[in-house]
Amino acid sequence: MIGPILFFLFAVTAIAGALGMLVSRNPVSSALWLILNLFCVAGLYLTLSARFIAVIQVLVYAGAIMVLFVFVIMLLNLADLPSLKTIGWRRVVASALGLGVFAQLAFVTSMALDVVPQPISVESAAQSGTAGVLAKVLFTRYAFPLEVIGILLLVATIGAVLLAQRRFK
Amino acid sequence: MEITINWYLTLGAVLFVIGVLGVLLRRNAIVILMSVELMLNAVNLTLVTFSQAMGDTAGQILVFFVMSVAAAEAAVGLAIVIAIFRSRLTIDVTNINLFRY
Repeated sequence: MIGPILFFLFAVTAIAGALGMLVSRNPVSSALWLILNLFCVAGLYLTLSARFIAVIQVLVYAGAIMVLFVFVIMLLNLADLPSLKTIGWRRVVASALGLGVFAQLAFVTSMALDVVPQPISVESAAQSGTAGVLAKVLFTRYAFPLEVIGILLLVATIGAVLLAQRRFK
Repeated sequence: MEITINWYLTLGAVLFVIGVLGVLLRRNAIVILMSVELMLNAVNLTLVTFSQAMGDTAGQILVFFVMSVAAAEAAVGLAIVIAIFRSRLTIDVTNINLFRY
């Protein structure tokens, strides 16, 4: 069985990438850890046989968004922030809040263990993840949201250009 | 051993919590934006898992839209970071208090 091996390989690497992003001091290495995490999540999409979403994940997230992040980090040419020597109350509160969120999610997941749907067979799952099936739904039933997303991206582009060239006093 | 969708849901929860900790603990504004991307990514993993388990394509369409919104959010957020850096010469969020007074 290669399925569980692939799942655990990708899952452990994804968690390691996320933790690396959390603890590394340099923003560039943070970005590189996050790119590793995004590639592993794309691999997990492949194990779910969602092939179109896996390709889009690599192209859009790892290819476009993270290049934008790395570009801005290098443009600003930041020095590392000085490390905090003391453990302030902010960090304690932040860790407690994070643990609270995790407790909630763990509670919901454990409550839902016996009501989650049983997975359908791999053959039918593989048929629902192709680009053709998704495109047929995307351009018929979800055509209006698709146009709205296009307008949103146009507005975001114009807004980003205007914001980045403005001088605040 | 069989990989059920519970494993994928648990992994999504763990990645989401790491993103929450990144937003709350880090002081670098760019790393905070990257943690938000990580949280969106964890939610996407949950959506794709349910979509493939139930044989419904609506979840994957929603993932497509979430990715578009994430791209727009990254572009606008990084533009705001650049604008703040040009006036304040820092992106440490503990030193940015434009709305305080």
